[in-house]
Amino acid sequence: MLLFLEQVLNGLQLGVMLFLLAAGLTLIFGIMGLINLAHGSLYMIGAYACASTLAFSGNFLLAVAAGMAAAGVAGLLIEAIVMRRLYDRGHLDQVLATFGLILFFNEFVRLVWGARPLFLDVPGWLGGNVEIIPGAGYPVYRLLIIGVGLAIALGMWWLVQRTRLGMLIRAGATDREMVAALGIDTRLLYAGVFVLGAVLAGLAGALAGPLFSVEVGMGEHILVQTFVVIVIGGIGSIRGALAGALLVGMVDTLGRAYLPTILRLFAEPATADGVGGALASMTIYLLMAAVLIFRPRGLLPAHGH
Amino acid sequence: MNRTSLGSMLLTLLLLALPAGAAAPVKIGMITTLSGGGSSLGIDVRDGFMLAVEEGEQALGGVPVEVLVEDDARDVGRAIQIAQRMMQREQVEIFTGIIWSNLALATVPRIVGNGGLYISPNAGPAEFAGKDCHPGYFNVAWQNDNLHEVMGQYVTDQGHDDVYLIAPNYPAGRDSLAGFKRFYEGEIAGEVYTTLGQQDYAAELAALRDADPDAVFFFLPGGMGINFLKQYQQAGLKEEIPLYGPAFSFDEGILGAVGDAALGVKNGSQWSPDLDNAANRRFVEAFEARYDRRPSLYASQGYDAARLLGSALARVDGDIGDREALRAALREADFDSVRGDFRFNSNQHPIQDLYVREVYKTDDGSLSNRIVARVFEDHSDAYAQNCRLGND
Repeated sequence: MLLFLEQVLNGLQLGVMLFLLAAGLTLIFGIMGLINLAHGSLYMIGAYACASTLAFSGNFLLAVAAGMAAAGVAGLLIEAIVMRRLYDRGHLDQVLATFGLILFFNEFVRLVWGARPLFLDVPGWLGGNVEIIPGAGYPVYRLLIIGVGLAIALGMWWLVQRTRLGMLIRAGATDREMVAALGIDTRLLYAGVFVLGAVLAGLAGALAGPLFSVEVGMGEHILVQTFVVIVIGGIGSIRGALAGALLVGMVDTLGRAYLPTILRLFAEPATADGVGGALASMTIYLLMAAVLIFRPRGLLPAHGH
Repeated sequence: MNRTSLGSMLLTLLLLALPAGAAAPVKIGMITTLSGGGSSLGIDVRDGFMLAVEEGEQALGGVPVEVLVEDDARDVGRAIQIAQRMMQREQVEIFTGIIWSNLALATVPRIVGNGGLYISPNAGPAEFAGKDCHPGYFNVAWQNDNLHEVMGQYVTDQGHDDVYLIAPNYPAGRDSLAGFKRFYEGEIAGEVYTTLGQQDYAAELAALRDADPDAVFFFLPGGMGINFLKQYQQAGLKEEIPLYGPAFSFDEGILGAVGDAALGVKNGSQWSPDLDNAANRRFVEAFEARYDRRPSLYASQGYDAARLLGSALARVDGDIGDREALRAALREADFDSVRGDFRFNSNQHPIQDLYVREVYKTDDGSLSNRIVARVFEDHSDAYAQNCRLGND
């Protein structure tokens, strides 16, 4: 039972991490109709900037801020130089261009920081474990990620539901042309949303750095999961992104933790371990397929369309 | 200036450009991973190889060589394409450099099937050591299982009899655990196959803690290993359960990124920077002087690949046309390997000593490896008996 609670916490933590990436991606996709494969590159830039700043200054909070700022600046540049030309074009053009950006950023990072992965560890004051569940310590840093992620989710809800900018974002997700016709400067709105998404991706990268390897191409694996999240949650919807992220985090973690054990009830241990491992890596895709069958627009789609 | 004199001048220039009398350098095609994830391995192999070429002043074994380096970006299709282009357009006949087994399995048969020669500086899939061995294929690094086998033996020697195993769910991952179990004699507390490229290991670590094994053996190459080691320490497991793995998660390119989470961890390897022989001392010093970083096992493999080739080129006096003579010269392996004793088995894979190293902090505060035990002497791989080369 204790183990199960710990696995639920692990699932929650993976979920909020995915949410930080999915929130930006789903807004960009929902409002501008833009498929941005380079979102993972912004995550990578956040992690690299965080690692460098931490090595230089020794201040983790400053390092996280630097990661967000670097990703934000990169996002601003990408939007102004590349994305602005892609809004009116087909998805295939967008996929090609943003895939090119992935290659560009991977090489850029390799030129600046070198091919060897960077060091980035949990700062001393966030290290260690707390006995949140009696008897089993849980890393403080992972709890912090859960806290930050939930706070960001709350902040995003407030931004989207309670502010004028949020109203425009919701309107944009529902009917882009109408927003433009009402005299809203959509160019500015798009740039703002894109940079917001980039900053969140940078935050995710900076927070992920101490847990994961800071290396070239680190954003590509997590990007695939992020796309699964926004498809499950419903494209363009922040609530959907949160629900999808938590669901994917939970299903993935619990699948990895328990599928081999469950299969051992039916099959030989060797087979169960092999098949269980393979199945566990598929669970989120099976979940996505099931959601697409029963709710083709996702669990909590943005209104309109 | 009229047209004829311009033409004859160009012709003269062209003739001048060709070195009169000197034989054209031997072309070597190096297909390796230089960009994207995992590029630090390819870069190390290339730099080790080029160090030997530079030491010979653009020659190996006194024979001038021209090394054509191309980046496969860890992409099977691209590796095949490069090999075909080099064979057709550049008439390259000698190849090396591929890092990953899946790329090697797709590319090498095309090279050796075309009469070319391939010297593997890294990947050593079971197929090429066993039933699909080929007279044109030499492996100067190891057969894939070797570095896991040595840990199986060592973990048994340490008295652990309840070990938890973790590897990614792909062919090399399953081979790794098979290699470990070939020499490990105790019980298995759990056997977990994770997703290739997985970043978060929280679920696996919680289950591992619950299983409460004696020791953990893991094979998670590249970034996966960095993720795992960091999270293993953060979960407070490093002080509780000893961790073992092959050298692939502890090379000098990774240690800097893992930091103290790797300190003291034992790992199996065929090479270590502190191996005490003249060739290795010279290599480590020259590599650090040339590239300003510590060499990894991959760099040592690139260097040995170049020097093996140099020994053979010297013996045939640069004549690569007589392929049988060149292969015979390679089989001799008449060079001072940086890992000391080295010879080829009947399947043209190494017979060599295998060691267990530990990660330690050097005087300058950075991390490196040093040898703690020589576990296998003159170790060969488990597949040589399936290879028919020696029997023909």
